[in-house]
Amino acid sequence: MAEVEFRGVSRRFGDVQALHGLDLVVADGEFLILVGPSGCGKSTALRLLAGLDKPTSGEILIAGRPVTGLGPGERDIAMVFQNYALYPHMSVFQNLAYGLRQRRTPRAEVHRRVRETAVLLDIDELLDRKPGQLSGGQRQRVAMGRALVRRPQAFLLDEPLSNLDAKLRTQVRGDLKRLHREVPVTSIYVTHDQVEAMTLGDRICVMSDGEVQQIGSTDDIYNRPANTFVAGFMGSPPMNLVPGEVRGGTIRVAGAALTDFASPDRPVTVGFRPEDLRISGSSQAGAVPARIDFCEPLGSHVLVHALVDSGDPGAEETVTHVIAQAPPGTTYDSGSRVGLGVARGKTFVFDAETGQAAPPTARDRVTTA
Amino acid sequence: MTAAELTTSVEPHPASRRWRLPFSPWHLVLVPLTFLLVVPLLWMVVTSLETQGEANRFPPVLLPHDPRIANYADAWHTAPFGTFFLNSTLVALAVVVSNLVVCSLAGYAFARVRFLGSTALFMTLMATLMVPFQVTMIPVFLIVKWFGDNVSTYLGIDHLGALMLPNLATAFGIFFLRQFFQTVPVELEEAARVDGTSRVGVLFKIVLPLSMPAMSTLAALTILTSWNDFLWPLIVITNTDQMTVPLGLSYFQGAHQTNWPLLMAGNVMSLVPMLVVFVVAQRYFVQSVAGTGLKG
Repeated sequence: MAEVEFRGVSRRFGDVQALHGLDLVVADGEFLILVGPSGCGKSTALRLLAGLDKPTSGEILIAGRPVTGLGPGERDIAMVFQNYALYPHMSVFQNLAYGLRQRRTPRAEVHRRVRETAVLLDIDELLDRKPGQLSGGQRQRVAMGRALVRRPQAFLLDEPLSNLDAKLRTQVRGDLKRLHREVPVTSIYVTHDQVEAMTLGDRICVMSDGEVQQIGSTDDIYNRPANTFVAGFMGSPPMNLVPGEVRGGTIRVAGAALTDFASPDRPVTVGFRPEDLRISGSSQAGAVPARIDFCEPLGSHVLVHALVDSGDPGAEETVTHVIAQAPPGTTYDSGSRVGLGVARGKTFVFDAETGQAAPPTARDRVTTA
Repeated sequence: MTAAELTTSVEPHPASRRWRLPFSPWHLVLVPLTFLLVVPLLWMVVTSLETQGEANRFPPVLLPHDPRIANYADAWHTAPFGTFFLNSTLVALAVVVSNLVVCSLAGYAFARVRFLGSTALFMTLMATLMVPFQVTMIPVFLIVKWFGDNVSTYLGIDHLGALMLPNLATAFGIFFLRQFFQTVPVELEEAARVDGTSRVGVLFKIVLPLSMPAMSTLAALTILTSWNDFLWPLIVITNTDQMTVPLGLSYFQGAHQTNWPLLMAGNVMSLVPMLVVFVVAQRYFVQSVAGTGLKG
């Protein structure tokens, strides 16, 4: 186990800057999630850490030792690949033992550790099979086993669940969480799936365009998003972001005065999560007027899609799509007029130009809607 | 509706039944083509069983009056065929082993390793495929002669080394293996590198075991090319002890007369090893042509 540190790590591919001076410290034994959309630089960061790629600038340290110039085999890390990358011509046993044999581990020790890992992952019945004879879930566990058996300083996991079906993914997610509790090795897990990100990690690092947008716990990321990107990326459905303004110490959206906000007059982006919206009659004070687009019943709740007209004649796009979560059985006719009220203290304010969150002291002043 | 009624209802109406060929229509093209390809082989076998008189007759005798198996023994004894076979085998083995080693190393480098000028070098290599052998044979002859004079006589003119040296690696072999190596998922190699395997180790422990169809195909193609090569041995070999099978067959071709039955008997004998190679490697030929070596 070891601490992993990125110091100003950048990677450029021709004209594309994949990673901009990444500074990140992953504590010993921590489970850190790198999450972001495709092309955000999360996999690049992982490959740089694994030694499969070299940074354009910056330094990477594992357990305080600079590893930037070392090859992948010299870094004492293990990696689980998206497509598992099990050696198809070797049995499960040989796959698990391969890394140990490459490090000239004594034969008896290899057998002992492979058996031990196989039992831990419940794949001891599969040791003689070839990867082609395994199911997706079994392959995934073998891939995990191949990483575990080496007892490395750090685990790198590159979207390891993305090839599993939804049911299996939920199960393996639980397995991974249990496994990390039993074997608390420093783990860096790359995913674009925000559910995985929020459920698995001790901390989440949200990335976009090669830059870290926010690092924090699930609670931080969800309830205190640093900017509109994090707010719009995390959560399913994501946070609603509508153009608004601060005028006379009050936040206004589509003409409705939402709440007090101590700030000079300026345009802002106002955010509210679907579960914090209450749908009411259109004339209610403090409710954002909206027009129903359509409803999506999901059994446990209904997602109501509505359109908010900010009415700003200067804006190119004045109508914003908003999603509200309503109790099961809720129905509205398309085109009907409603008001969207925001639950107390659940309004998020972002600078309209930079997209950065308004200072917490200012946001705390937001009162009821 | 009962089961019987259902069965009756799905039975096609006799009037609507269309006349269909009992075989694929492609066979109408393939069978005549196969016939065209087989006729020379059959004619060779037939001639190898005829007498000299029958072989020279026109129109050709398609069924020998008294098949003469002894032609094979005569051919074997008239020329030192044992030596020819041994020489051909030695040359083919050396060329195959060398091609598999050198072409796999070069092909892997071109497929995976980024180095300065790799694309230009690969394009140059590909360009050499377009140069006919007749253009390069004199320079190659001079190079081989230089090797014989300056490095080892065994590599020089009139030695088996002269047959091996120019064919130890081929541009085709490098190209062929490079194309195949590019289909091996790169994650497998990365996983092996993370597991502590060197670049060369990755090639030998991961990539090559997964490339057996391509390696087998290249081996078979190299054996066939080496075994059937006539022009180059004709240029560099004059000593009967160093002759290969195709060159040895010219024993039966005189300036004024050709002993067709013995020549064809020799041909049949020289073909047998190649038929065996082809039959054994046929599965891999099909696999590598279909490009399914690593799927699934």
